[in-house]
Amino acid sequence: MRPNWLGAYALLYLLFLYAPILLLPLFAFNDATIVAFPLRGFTTQWFGEMWENATLRRALGNSLIIAGSSAVLSTCLGIFAARASTRFRFPAKGGIMGAIMLPLVLPEIIVAMSLLVVLLSIGVTLSIVTVIVGHTLICMPYAITVLTTAFASLDPAFEEAAQDLGESKWGAFRLVILPLVMPGIISALLISFTVSLDEFIIAFFLAGNQPTLPTYIFSQLRFPASIPMIMALGTVLVLLSIVMLTIAEYFRRRGAARTGQNDRGFL
Amino acid sequence: MIEFRDVHKHYADYHALRGISATIREGEFFSLLGPSGCGKTTLLRTIAGFEDISSGAVLIDGRDMAQVPANVRPTNMVFQSYAIFPHLTVAQNVGFGLRRDRRGRMEKDRAVAEALEMVGLGGYGARAAHALSGGQRQRVALARALILKPKVLLLDEPLSALDRKMREQMQVELIKLQRQVGITFVLVTHDQEEALVMSDRIAVMFEGEIAQLDEPEALYARPVDRRVADFIGVMNFLPAEVLGDGGEVVAVRIAGLGIVEIPAAQISRAMPGDPGPSVGFRPETMTLLGAGEEPRGAVQVSRGVIDEVVYYGDMTYYDIRLEGMGEAVEPVRISMRNVFGRDVPAVGIPVRVAWSPGALVLFR
Repeated sequence: MRPNWLGAYALLYLLFLYAPILLLPLFAFNDATIVAFPLRGFTTQWFGEMWENATLRRALGNSLIIAGSSAVLSTCLGIFAARASTRFRFPAKGGIMGAIMLPLVLPEIIVAMSLLVVLLSIGVTLSIVTVIVGHTLICMPYAITVLTTAFASLDPAFEEAAQDLGESKWGAFRLVILPLVMPGIISALLISFTVSLDEFIIAFFLAGNQPTLPTYIFSQLRFPASIPMIMALGTVLVLLSIVMLTIAEYFRRRGAARTGQNDRGFL
Repeated sequence: MIEFRDVHKHYADYHALRGISATIREGEFFSLLGPSGCGKTTLLRTIAGFEDISSGAVLIDGRDMAQVPANVRPTNMVFQSYAIFPHLTVAQNVGFGLRRDRRGRMEKDRAVAEALEMVGLGGYGARAAHALSGGQRQRVALARALILKPKVLLLDEPLSALDRKMREQMQVELIKLQRQVGITFVLVTHDQEEALVMSDRIAVMFEGEIAQLDEPEALYARPVDRRVADFIGVMNFLPAEVLGDGGEVVAVRIAGLGIVEIPAAQISRAMPGDPGPSVGFRPETMTLLGAGEEPRGAVQVSRGVIDEVVYYGDMTYYDIRLEGMGEAVEPVRISMRNVFGRDVPAVGIPVRVAWSPGALVLFR
């Protein structure tokens, strides 16, 4: 039999991607402070420790507030931009849309640094609000990409038909366009949320003395004793990501089924 | 009912409507016919309010529509894509325009059911709109527009997405529906046959202008110029030489047909692009004579040879090279209803054809 090289490649690739992540829960439940084989025994001590840790709870709270706010902000602003770019013609459209999408390719450290300089020079106090501003900026391109696809796939006649049947422009948007792009809006929210949640550099530069999850985790890596707890935290975050992805996919499929499309998406 | 007063529409680099003036009468089935890009859809959209005009005026019932937005105009539209809202059921789609209606829920439901009944979709109300077939979508679009009892129903190429059988069936249904509801219908189509079948009157458009506005019979028999003649049905063109203009009649020498006197009523204009004066006639106005068959009525007879035979089942097209028409001229196409049991003549056979001077149109 001929060796299946492509199959072997695919297997190795997946192993490389996921093996480290699979190790997270393994060591999160391991009864030892040193992350090494052989495993010592089962414990939930690290999860308990994680739960008891007040700084971590604050970091988590901060991160959730930041991620939630940036997701809502960037999705709302993204709706305006996506609709403008798909529905209207205006001067310098290409340049304007390009400028909005630029943070996607700009080195984040440049964005973070220039924001820091500007914010400090106009006398803004660093807090989670400044992080929200920075995260909204970098989440926008992701939200816009998802939303533009959603808006572009709509027949422009839908809106005209709604107006023709007596609705105002706002009514047509609310009753026809909004429900049809809702799966895209939910996807944009979840993607922005995820991008913000694990963003490090901007949070590190702009949070002042407030911890967020990534900056907290980074600060703890200096203390070997707290590494198992970080593993436990990582396990929770991975589970959370899987749940969120499942929710996003559920809404996307429901939207697709309702409007009779049958593309399969990623999953 | 609807009046266009010197309507112009300019896009950034394109003059889409070039001075449209016309009146659409109350209760008629009116068609805007023309090739793609002639401005017919733009003109329809100016009635609906989806297209601002650059100058001129569009009036509905004597009222200038310039300041009236689409959602309050007394018009409703059936879109080319039907624009059935995919997230709603059939009944929700049909009832969409009743949101602002003050009637109670029960009455609205009854109105929706009646509208669905009218388009032959009784009992389909609860279905998901995206699961419908093309023909069904079109009926939903019709019911959704007609339930609002508009003064004008606008139809933007509503049949172009259907297959031929379905299209022919819907043509008849639309005519019946229009008679039943008595609403003015304005149809946009590029299909001349569809326009002839359905319309009370047709405006033929080219390059942003109305070339001819007439009843189907007049349009077919007396096209104002060669473009219209060419666009509507099949017309044969033969080069002609004007010998003398007597005012009442014009004497011409027609390639293959000889010298004929054509009355002034049968004269249309030649266009700048035309290759000189020509005479046109429809395929069915010329008849193939069987061997020994004598022509009937006031007709003339010419001789020729069958160049091509195109068999259609119920009828046959014969392309005939007339004696003396010259090599440079295309053979003329005539159509004959097939008679059961009689052989269809073959290519290469010399034949005689009968034609009537009354069926000729001179373009000069």
